Amino acid sequence: MSVQTADIIGREQEPRFYLDEEHEHTEGGTLLGFWIYLMSDCLVFAVLFAAYGVLGESYGGGPTQADLFDLPMVALNTAMLLFSSITYGFAMLSMEKNRVGPTLGWLAITGLFGLAFLGLELNEFRDFIEQGATPQRSAFLSSFFTLVGTHGLHVTFGTIWLVTLMVQVALRGLIVENKRRLMCLSMFWHFLDVVWIGVFSFVYLVGYLR
Amino acid sequence: MFSNPETQRLVFGRLTLDALPLDQPIVVGTFVVVAILGLALVGALTYYRVWPYLWREWFTSVDHKRIGVMYCVLAIVMLLRGFADAIMMRSQQAIAFGGSEGYLPPHHYDQIFTAHGVIMIFFMAMPFVTGLMNFVVPLQIGARDVAFPFLNNFSFWMTVCGAVLVMISLFVGEFARTGWLAYPPLSELDYSPDVGVDYYIWSLQIAGVGTLLSGVNLIATIVKMRAPGMSLMKMPVFCWTSLCTNILIVAAFPVLTGTLVLLSLDRYVGTNFFTNGFGGSPMMYWNLIWIWGHPEVYILILPAFGVFSEVTSTFCGKPLFGYTSMVYATVVITLLSYLVWLHHFFTMGSGASVNSFFGITTMIISIPTGAKIFNWLFTMYRGRIRFEVPMLWTVGFMITFVIGGMTGVLLAVPPADFVLHNSLFLVAHFHNVIIGGVLFGMMAGVYYWFPKAFGFKLDPFWGKMSFWFWFTGFYFAFMPLYVLGLMGVTRRVNHFDDSSLQVWFVTAAFGALLIAIGIFSSIMQIVVGFLHRDRLRDLTGDPWHGRTLEWSTSSPPPEYNFAFTPVIHELDAWSDMKSRGYARPVEGFRPIHMPKNTAAGLILALFAGICGFGLIWHIWWMAAFGFAALIVTAIGHTFNYRRDFYIPAEHVIRTESERSQLLATQV
Repeated sequence: MSVQTADIIGREQEPRFYLDEEHEHTEGGTLLGFWIYLMSDCLVFAVLFAAYGVLGESYGGGPTQADLFDLPMVALNTAMLLFSSITYGFAMLSMEKNRVGPTLGWLAITGLFGLAFLGLELNEFRDFIEQGATPQRSAFLSSFFTLVGTHGLHVTFGTIWLVTLMVQVALRGLIVENKRRLMCLSMFWHFLDVVWIGVFSFVYLVGYLR
Repeated sequence: MFSNPETQRLVFGRLTLDALPLDQPIVVGTFVVVAILGLALVGALTYYRVWPYLWREWFTSVDHKRIGVMYCVLAIVMLLRGFADAIMMRSQQAIAFGGSEGYLPPHHYDQIFTAHGVIMIFFMAMPFVTGLMNFVVPLQIGARDVAFPFLNNFSFWMTVCGAVLVMISLFVGEFARTGWLAYPPLSELDYSPDVGVDYYIWSLQIAGVGTLLSGVNLIATIVKMRAPGMSLMKMPVFCWTSLCTNILIVAAFPVLTGTLVLLSLDRYVGTNFFTNGFGGSPMMYWNLIWIWGHPEVYILILPAFGVFSEVTSTFCGKPLFGYTSMVYATVVITLLSYLVWLHHFFTMGSGASVNSFFGITTMIISIPTGAKIFNWLFTMYRGRIRFEVPMLWTVGFMITFVIGGMTGVLLAVPPADFVLHNSLFLVAHFHNVIIGGVLFGMMAGVYYWFPKAFGFKLDPFWGKMSFWFWFTGFYFAFMPLYVLGLMGVTRRVNHFDDSSLQVWFVTAAFGALLIAIGIFSSIMQIVVGFLHRDRLRDLTGDPWHGRTLEWSTSSPPPEYNFAFTPVIHELDAWSDMKSRGYARPVEGFRPIHMPKNTAAGLILALFAGICGFGLIWHIWWMAAFGFAALIVTAIGHTFNYRRDFYIPAEHVIRTESERSQLLATQV
C-alpha cells in the first residue's frame, strides 16, 4: 500500500483529498476475516485443552488413559486426517490451474478421508462407552469426549461444507467467489489438522506414556 | 393438555401452564403493561403502514449506519428493562428492615439481580458499544460499509434474539437465580434444576455468536478498508479503541462460549466438568469465566475512552494531547487485561504468591489509564472549551471514573480484598466505573453523533437535565454503598435486620430515583429534539466543528457515505481538509458498488431462537427443527451469488447536487 499511497497523495503538487477512480478493497478481506474467525475457534479449543489439562487425571475412580487408549488405531485415524490434508492441497493445486474435474475429484477423496476419520473416531467412542467409560463416568472422560468430540464435530461440519462447495463448483465452475470459498475451507481443513496434531500429542501420546 | 404425560413431554418438554407466573402479581402486572404497550405499538405501526418501510429499510438493511442505530435502540430498550430491575432492588432494600420483608421474596429477588447484571452487561452495554462502533468506524475511516455487511445484519439479529429470550424468561418460566456469572455448583442441575440457568446459557450463547462475528467484521474493516493515506497512526482514536475492543472480543468471547458449552454439557448430558463429584472442578469455571470476564470489562470501557477522546478534542478545538501515548496506552490496556483475571477471586485460596502477581498486574493497569486521564486534561488545558452536552458527560466521567479507578486499585490489594470481597463496596466500585465510564461515554457518544445519524441535534435543555440527574443520581445511589461495604454489608441480600443501616439504603434509593429522572430526560432529549427538529437541523454535516472524516459528509450520510473515496494526509483528516481549502467534488460521479439488502440474517436468527427455546424447555423436536432449519437456510444462502448492485451515477449526481444546493444556502 505504501508505494501506491505515495503515488496517490502526490505531496509535491496540490493536495488531493479524494480519489477519482473507483477504489475496491474488499478482496482479501474475506480471507483475513476467516483467519480471524479461525483464531477465535482456536481459543474454543484452547478452553477444551485447558479443561483436559486440569481434569485429565481426575478419574473419579474410573478408567485411566492407559486402560482405554489403543494407540495403533489412533495412529491410523491420524493418518486418515493427514492424508485428507494432502489431498485437499492437491485440490487447491488443480484449482489454481482452473481444472474443474480434478479439483472435484481431489475434494471427493478429501471428503472420503474425512469420513473415514470420523468413522474410526465414532468406533473408538463406541468402544469406550461399551467398556463403561462414558462421558458421565469421570471428569477425565468428560473432558476427553468433549475435546475429541468437538474436533469431530468440526470435521463433520467441514465435510458438509465440502459437499456444498463441490455442488457449487459443479454448478458454477471455478469462479472467483468459489475459489475464495475453497480457500476458506482449505484454511479450515488444515486448521483442524493442526488441532488434531495437538490432540494426538497432548491427549493420546502423553496419555499413553503416563 | 394431553392425558398421557409421555405425549405431553414429547410435545411440550418441560413447558406446562405452571410455567406462567400467574401467582406473582408483579410479573403479571408487568406483563399486562408490556402487552398493552406492545399491542399499541404494533397497532400504530400497522395503522400507519410502517411495517413495509421498517422491513425494507431497516430490518433487512446491511447498511452499517442503520444497523448501528438499531443496536443503539436495542440498548436503550434493554436499559429500561435493566433499570426497572435496579429500581426494584433499591426500593426493596430501602424498606426490607427488621419486621418488614419488603415486597420481593428471595426467589424473585435473586432472579432480579441476576437479570439486572446480565441485561446491563450483555444487552445494554454491549449493543450500545457495538452500535456506536458500527455507525462511526466506517465513516471515520472513509469506507462505504463494513467488510462483511450481511454478517453485520446477522450479528445484530442474533443479539436481538438473545435479548428476546431473556425477556421471554420474565413471563414464561423464570430466569437464573445464580448471579450474573452463574457460578457452579449453584448453576449445576442439582441446585438449579429449573429453566433459569438454561435461559441464561442459551441467550448468552446466541447473542455471543453475534458479538463474536461483529468483532471479526470490525477488525477486518479497520485493517483492510481504511481510506488511502490513513496509516494506523493517522487513525482517529475512536477507531483505535474500537480495533482493540474488537481484538479483545475475538480473543475473549470464544472462552465464554467454550465455558458455557461445558456448563451446558454438565446440565444436559450429565458430564462432570464443574460438579463436586467424579473429579469435577467448580474452580475451573471461575478461572475460565473470568478469563473472558475481565477482558469484557475493557471491551466495554475502551470504546467509551474513544468517545471521550473525540469529544474532548472536538469541543476544545485542539488536536488530542499525546495521541501516540493514547494509542499505546490503549494497546497496553488490551494486553494487560488478560493478566488480571484472578483478582476476581483472591479469597479462593490460590496462595500469597499467585495473589501478589495478580494484585500487581491489576495495579499496573491503572498506569496507562491514568495516562489517558492526563491526556484529556492536557487537551482541555488552554483549549477553547465549549461546554456542550457531550463535554459535560466527559468532565463528569473524568471525575467519577478517577474515584472508581482508585477504589479499584484499593480492591486490587489482596489483603484489602479479603475484607471487602463480596460486599457492597465491590458493587459500588463496578457501578462507579461502568456507569461513570461506559454509560457516560455512550451518552456522550449518542449526543455527539446523533446529528450525524439523523440530521438534527438532540434537545440541549433535556440533554443537560439528563446529565445532571444521572451525575448527581449516581453519587446518591452508590456512595452509600461504599460506606455500607466498608461496614461489611454483603451483596445480593434482600432483607436486613440491623435497622441502623436503613438510612444508607434510603439514600441509595433516592439516588436511583434521580437516575430515573435522568433516564426520563435522556428520552425527552430525543422526543423534544424530534419535535424541534427544524430548529435543531444540521444542514452542514459538521455541526460541532468536528475534526474527523465522518463530519465531511452530509447528515445523515448518503447510503454510500462518500461519493469519492477520501484521501488522508494527516491525523484529524477533516480538520486538515478544512484548513487546506478542501473543495467538495461536484462532478465526475460514477456508479457506486454496494451490497444488497437481505432477510437471511433475520431468518437465521429466528431459527436460532427457536432452537434455543426448544433447548431451554427440553422440547427436543423444536430444538432439532430450529437447528436443521438454521443449517439448511445458511447453506441455501450461500447459493445466492447476486449480493451486490450498483447505485447508478444519476442517483449519486442527484443526491450530491441536492447537498450542493443545501450547502450554498448556508454560506
